[in-house]
Amino acid sequence: TKLAAAANPAYMLIEKKTAYKDATTYNNFYEFGTDKAEPAQNAGTLKTRPWSISIEGEVKKPMTLDIDSLMKLAPMEERVYRLRCVEGWSMVIPWIGYSLSNLIKKAEPTGNAKFIEFVTLEDKKQMPGQRRAVLEWPYVEGLRMDEANHPLALLTFGMYGEVLPNQNGAPVRIIVPWKYGFKSVKSIVKIRFSKEQPKTAWNLAAANEYGFYSNVNPDVDHPRWSQATERRIGEDGIFTKKRKTLMFNGYNEVAPLYAGMDLKKFY
Amino acid sequence: MINPTPKQISILKSILFVLALLPFVRLVAFVFLDRLGANPVEFITRNTGDWTLYFLCITLGVTPLRKLSKWNWLIKLRRMIGLYAFFYATLHFTTFLWFDHFFDVAEMWKDVVKRPFITVGFIAFVLLIPLAVTSTNGMVKRLGGKRWLWIHRLVYLIAPLGILHYFWMKAGKHDFAQPFLFGAIVAALLALRLVWRWQGKRVQQRAAA
Repeated sequence: TKLAAAANPAYMLIEKKTAYKDATTYNNFYEFGTDKAEPAQNAGTLKTRPWSISIEGEVKKPMTLDIDSLMKLAPMEERVYRLRCVEGWSMVIPWIGYSLSNLIKKAEPTGNAKFIEFVTLEDKKQMPGQRRAVLEWPYVEGLRMDEANHPLALLTFGMYGEVLPNQNGAPVRIIVPWKYGFKSVKSIVKIRFSKEQPKTAWNLAAANEYGFYSNVNPDVDHPRWSQATERRIGEDGIFTKKRKTLMFNGYNEVAPLYAGMDLKKFY
Repeated sequence: MINPTPKQISILKSILFVLALLPFVRLVAFVFLDRLGANPVEFITRNTGDWTLYFLCITLGVTPLRKLSKWNWLIKLRRMIGLYAFFYATLHFTTFLWFDHFFDVAEMWKDVVKRPFITVGFIAFVLLIPLAVTSTNGMVKRLGGKRWLWIHRLVYLIAPLGILHYFWMKAGKHDFAQPFLFGAIVAALLALRLVWRWQGKRVQQRAAA
């Protein structure tokens, strides 16, 4: 299904876009299986209508928004972002959505709101991968308030001119391009504002490997592999040297968010 | 009981040779047909790693199968299966050195030392080398059966190390189903040997008494 959006010239990359086929058949979405081919094979069971998101916690107006009104909250933009997976590969994807800050403004967080937690749907019938205790379900990820309010953080409904395919996190997900991909929660049903730092899925599973911040950082290795380089999917063939990973995935405008923080400690 | 003639054995060996080469042929074909998927290096790495473990398990399975079936001729096929385990392990290591590190040996060495799952995999691969080198009839003669046997018992260490390497790799994804399956198979194959040894000793003791 087509999804109309105006290209935002501030976020166009000159890099070559990843092929649609690669971006939609090579996915980490454990709710549909741990193999990267499985989400495309299994995500047909996900029902994206009706769909609603509940907004809870430290907000003046807790509410439930249905997907269609959520989509009308702000004008849709197309933005081309680099996506860097913690596993050492990357893609370039044209997403469609609007800045997350639009929704935050509508929710009117209280002064206590320091963090936002995003929660994926939990339903073993629709998400067969949840029958296995690979992670604690539902999938939870979070951002600090100022991170979530950064204009780059995108509430996302589509890609490549169409609505999101199920395996890419339909009907609504976030994209946080300066962080490793697992921070960008898919198929969101709940957004919760909180005082305390949320307990996030991968951090609970292996705190020494996956920090809360998980900013793309070539100087901080994953315990089991280096993060200094990456392989661009579809472009870097087997005989190509891997390319250098950029700090914040090349989005240096987010650096002030972390001024004075030791990013080796807060990885 | 099946008891093939030498000629039948050599035919069997040829068939086995071709069958065991098929995964490699498939991989090469996939390279040329562009069927390695979005991340070709990952595909090759996993595929060659998987086949190394398969062949290690099959090699370890030969003796138990021979004892249970009384098909003693099976032993004549074991060397080739073991060498295929080494062949796929070499491809696996080459993928790591070539496609992952582009022959930057210093960088590769950093990985080997720093990351336990790679360290373990590397040790397992290095330990396989003496087994492959001493696999010829000439080497068996030169070393003498007993010494040769001791060297080749290294496989009891190599297989668990290979599985630990796989387990650690999968640990990051919290996905232990396959490593556990491999672990159970190898544990069973090794446990059978212990049981037989123990029974053998009891029989000897009884005979001595």
